[in-house]
Amino acid sequence: MNPALAGFLQAALLVAALAACHIPLGNYMARVFMSGRHLRVESAFYRVMGIDAEADQRWGTYARSMLAFSGVCVLFLYLLERIQQWLPYSNGQTAVPPFLAWNTAASFVTNTNWQNYAGETTMGYVVQMAGLAVQNFVSAAVGIVVAIALVRGFMRNKTDRLGNFWVDLTRIVVRVLLPLAVLGAVVLMACGVIDNFNLTHVISTLDGGQQTMVGGPVASQEVIKELGNNGGGFFNANSAHPFENPTPFSNWFEIFLMLVIPFALPRTFGTMAGDKRQGYLIVAVMAGLWLASVGLMSLFEWQHAGTALQAAGGAMEGKEVRFGLPGSTLFGTTATATSTGAVNSFFDSYTPFGGMIALFNMMLGEVIPGGVGAGLYGMLILAVLTVFIGGLMVGRTPEYLGKKIRPAEMKWAAAYILATPLSALVGAALSLGMQVPRRSILNPGPHGLTEVIYAFTSMANNNGSAFAGLAANTGWYNLAGGTVMLTARFVPMIFVLALGGSLARQQTVPESAGTLRTHGPLFAGLLIGVIIILVGLTYFPALALGPFAEGLH
Amino acid sequence: MAGIRSTSHSPRQVPSGEGVPSGDGAAPAGTRPPAQVRRVGGGLLDPRMLWQSLPDAIRKLDPRVQIRNPVMFVVEVGSVLTTYSAVIHSSVFAWTITAWLWLTVLFANLAEAVAEGRGKAQAQALRRTKREAVARRLAGWKPGDTAYRITEVPGTQLAVGDFVIVEAGEVIPGDGDVVEGVASVDESAITGESAPVIRESGGDRSAVTGGTKVLSDRIIVKITSKPGETFIDRMIALVEGASRQKTPNEVALNVLLASLTLIFVIAVVTLQPMAYYSKAPQNLIILVSLIVALIPTTIGALLSAIGIAGMDRLVQRNVLAMSGRAVEAAGDVNTLLLDKTGTITIGNRQASEFLPVAGVEAAYLADAAQLSSLADETPEGRSVVVLAKERFGIRERSAGELSDPAGQHRAVFVPFTAQTRMSGVDLADGRQIRKGAAAAVRQWVRDNGGALEEELGRMTDGISAAGGTPLVVAEKAGGTARALGVIHLKDIVKEGIAERFAEMRAMGIRTVMITGDNPLTARAIAEESGVDDFLAEATPEDKMALIKKEQEGGKLVAMTGDGTNDAPALAQADVGVAMNTGTMAAKEAGNMVDLDSNPTKLIEIVQIGKQLLITRGALTTFSIANDVAKYFAIIPAMFAGVFPGLGKLNIMHLHSANSAIASAIIFNALIIVALIPLALRGVRYKPSSASAMLRRNLWIYGVGGLIIPFIFIKGIDLIIMNVPGFR
Repeated sequence: MNPALAGFLQAALLVAALAACHIPLGNYMARVFMSGRHLRVESAFYRVMGIDAEADQRWGTYARSMLAFSGVCVLFLYLLERIQQWLPYSNGQTAVPPFLAWNTAASFVTNTNWQNYAGETTMGYVVQMAGLAVQNFVSAAVGIVVAIALVRGFMRNKTDRLGNFWVDLTRIVVRVLLPLAVLGAVVLMACGVIDNFNLTHVISTLDGGQQTMVGGPVASQEVIKELGNNGGGFFNANSAHPFENPTPFSNWFEIFLMLVIPFALPRTFGTMAGDKRQGYLIVAVMAGLWLASVGLMSLFEWQHAGTALQAAGGAMEGKEVRFGLPGSTLFGTTATATSTGAVNSFFDSYTPFGGMIALFNMMLGEVIPGGVGAGLYGMLILAVLTVFIGGLMVGRTPEYLGKKIRPAEMKWAAAYILATPLSALVGAALSLGMQVPRRSILNPGPHGLTEVIYAFTSMANNNGSAFAGLAANTGWYNLAGGTVMLTARFVPMIFVLALGGSLARQQTVPESAGTLRTHGPLFAGLLIGVIIILVGLTYFPALALGPFAEGLH
Repeated sequence: MAGIRSTSHSPRQVPSGEGVPSGDGAAPAGTRPPAQVRRVGGGLLDPRMLWQSLPDAIRKLDPRVQIRNPVMFVVEVGSVLTTYSAVIHSSVFAWTITAWLWLTVLFANLAEAVAEGRGKAQAQALRRTKREAVARRLAGWKPGDTAYRITEVPGTQLAVGDFVIVEAGEVIPGDGDVVEGVASVDESAITGESAPVIRESGGDRSAVTGGTKVLSDRIIVKITSKPGETFIDRMIALVEGASRQKTPNEVALNVLLASLTLIFVIAVVTLQPMAYYSKAPQNLIILVSLIVALIPTTIGALLSAIGIAGMDRLVQRNVLAMSGRAVEAAGDVNTLLLDKTGTITIGNRQASEFLPVAGVEAAYLADAAQLSSLADETPEGRSVVVLAKERFGIRERSAGELSDPAGQHRAVFVPFTAQTRMSGVDLADGRQIRKGAAAAVRQWVRDNGGALEEELGRMTDGISAAGGTPLVVAEKAGGTARALGVIHLKDIVKEGIAERFAEMRAMGIRTVMITGDNPLTARAIAEESGVDDFLAEATPEDKMALIKKEQEGGKLVAMTGDGTNDAPALAQADVGVAMNTGTMAAKEAGNMVDLDSNPTKLIEIVQIGKQLLITRGALTTFSIANDVAKYFAIIPAMFAGVFPGLGKLNIMHLHSANSAIASAIIFNALIIVALIPLALRGVRYKPSSASAMLRRNLWIYGVGGLIIPFIFIKGIDLIIMNVPGFR
């Protein structure tokens, strides 16, 4: 089959599968959060942990619970890495060095999964399973519950309560992530992803050479890596490794897993907010921009000039022949647009503009559709900004879902949009401005600049995707990266919860003919304009010196 | 002006003469078309004002003043930096950028100064009227005393609770309530109307304002406000902007603009290390230029002018908003409570039909009705005379004509009293004619031995049901009385009011008519006028309950009122417009005062509130959309030297790096001046649905904001490319 047609069919099938899951999964998640009943296993867990499951928390309490939980997770993961040599199934790995352990702990707790290490040569199976995989579940869950708390802010009326962090967290893990992960793992194993406790051993090949065979509980970690938009690979090669991603179908299925929750959450939002059209608008904007991104990246890779590249049918360097160009760009766009950060190809070898699309996906603030939960709350905040500008133009104090955007709300929304570019640009500028970090850059010129900007954009957006070409396992990158990831994850989350709290206290204003319609193409267009001009263009000067300088001749 | 239609002012209402009390608690009185005495030019910008405001604009360069506007403060800091840089490394380019950056700040200050200047002119006019009055204080006086002990004190020494006596020709020394006497008062100092108004003790017309002048008679006034805190003092402070505080929406927008500014400052500051890495370090002037071009200077410069001008537009319409918050709330209003009389109907009813009972000629009824109305100078009475002439050609007769030639028996007119609720005439031949409220006249007929026909009851009920007021006409000739028929007095719904309500509906505003009429009458008028809902037989308590109910549902309510019993509702409403003719209590309770006392103005107030917000939103959108073109001008100019490929981004084909940057900065400064008139006037506003409004404004200010700078930056570049130093 013609590769272009194959690519198109892959994408079409993907859209169909996501559309089929949108309503049932979205409604199911809404029920999970709105239900008043606890499962028996949950009740037992609450009793053991001493959680008052009936308590309804103020935004501050919700935020403190979230921070306390995440803080404990960072410490636990750090400790686990540092004592790994004494753990069973450590596969001969020694303790992870302190800076790297800190970076990795911060990275996995923030759902970033930036990896300054190679999995097979650094982490034993217990750290992978009890440390990293567990964080893959709970960090994803934290993202979702923060989004849900914000949605409750829109739903609720004259209250200062946003729900119960511990209950929300438990429910999303027990009722959504675990069951889906089990199903997904079975499918992956059927595709040939390994899942065992075999330690690394060396075998002799038929032609007399020697090969190191790796093993490990891969499928169980692989599935949540994609489903929870984590992206941290079991192996260094991530989803390019045949044990993580063996076939074109497993490739397609992993892409599907990355997208299924982010694209279903807008439905959860619409259902909970009592106006499904609002959910449709959000998902339409997310999907529209995601498709545009897929199209552009594929186009740039295909159109790449150069005889050799054209003969190969596109820019094939750094891409897996198993997946071909469409399978790589679809995966690449999706992984950067969902804050997964998994890779099945080498962005460093992409064309300048192809790589720029991956970078730009993250620069948009991870909202097309973004990470689980984070994408929804990011998009809702952008919708709040859009409503503010658009609402003024219809002559009313702007209101979204019946809640007015007053100075208090605007303060939190404005702080939110400030946090990410601040972390990304300051981190990148410091790394480029100082002597020592500059030595990590493997390619000179604009490409090297792109590598650094990419790294910090990825960490500040909690994506974890790496452009490669940057020796990031250094003291500076481990320390600065860990700080950027933690700041850029939790500071905005606090703002989101504060916004939720502020919204919940308001009385809902009834909709009238004078209210700005926040569904329908007009608002969608305005929202897209705000995303691109207000968020994306912030990075235009940086992009000019990187991909544009490299790509325009 | 700016697309807002002016409403016709209702003619003066005279207290209803005939039987049915008007019932509307807030019936306006003394409303006339305002005389244009001291209006300051409306929307258009007088170029002279720019010049006159220049000193103020320069004064505002003080960083302590400037920091209140974070966007322009950043530009000012940038200007200082470029000045420093230009002094060190002098060049045509450096000085051009420096000059235009300072001009950018100055233009922003100018916009604010011009807006304030208009208010100052108004305040000046008010101050002139605020003369130092000598008060004749009554020592130890209490209401009812007839003996006065007068001590003369300066008006500034009056205390709340003092009694002062004011006679014809004197200026009232302070705000207060008339406790004794009636006087005509010239209030042109505040309202701009030269015709005097009546102020009397008791009732809803007792408030007098310090600084106004008594023209006739003598009143005793109880002072209700301290010197320096009088209505005129507050007016001066308001129009001058001295008490101006940022409104909630303005604060929210400022937060957004400040955060955008910060983002762009970070984007540019972090660009320099990247530029160093790329071996294309930029000098200070270019970096400052990029920051200034990207931060939302257009809206930042015009934001406060928009707010001041919005308040000013209200002042132009003779409405004083006690806070900017109230103006904004007006734009958000969901429910308008409108008094029937004066707002929906013209102030008085008019005779529209003579309905005789069986056996009576219509002309005979008309004749009797006319006779009984000859001495009735109320509009209702006049309208009966007019209708009789129109329909039956019955000439108006004078009292003299009705007396018998001998002059022994004179016709005697019986005036209307609240007790009898009838008026009429006793003719020289002994025939008595009465006209009045149905119940009263029926009683009169019965008392005079007459029988009442059932038909009469049906007729009066029918008129009531149709929203009219029935006046029964009866005569007594030769001992027994009989009813002749009924005059149909009709409420005349104001022309064009139905379209206005339709507009309101399209804007999502529900209109509720408040009336003292019975539900039947109220329904009929509601249907005719197209109002969404009505509250009949409304008491102040009902009004209050309605407001609270609406507010509980999250709605914002606007209303007008003038009586003391309206005060609680005025205070409760989100927008409470007190009529200037009303009591001090009402004026204190409301958050706006309409000096023309025209309740229809509520609709205009809502539109002004909306226009204010739309102007802010439109200019914000325009400002942000402009960034795209500026990126395309400046980024290639900065880096095309090192990366020639980036020259491809120079899609405007600007002449040189220097001319490109200078063009963007010059455009950035000039657009502020170009938009000052728009900021002061407000964007064109046509009532329509939210979607239609958004679409229109997005096209003009969003898409226009994307395209316009490309054209003008190119244009400026074509000019300055000829200047040495830019080649």
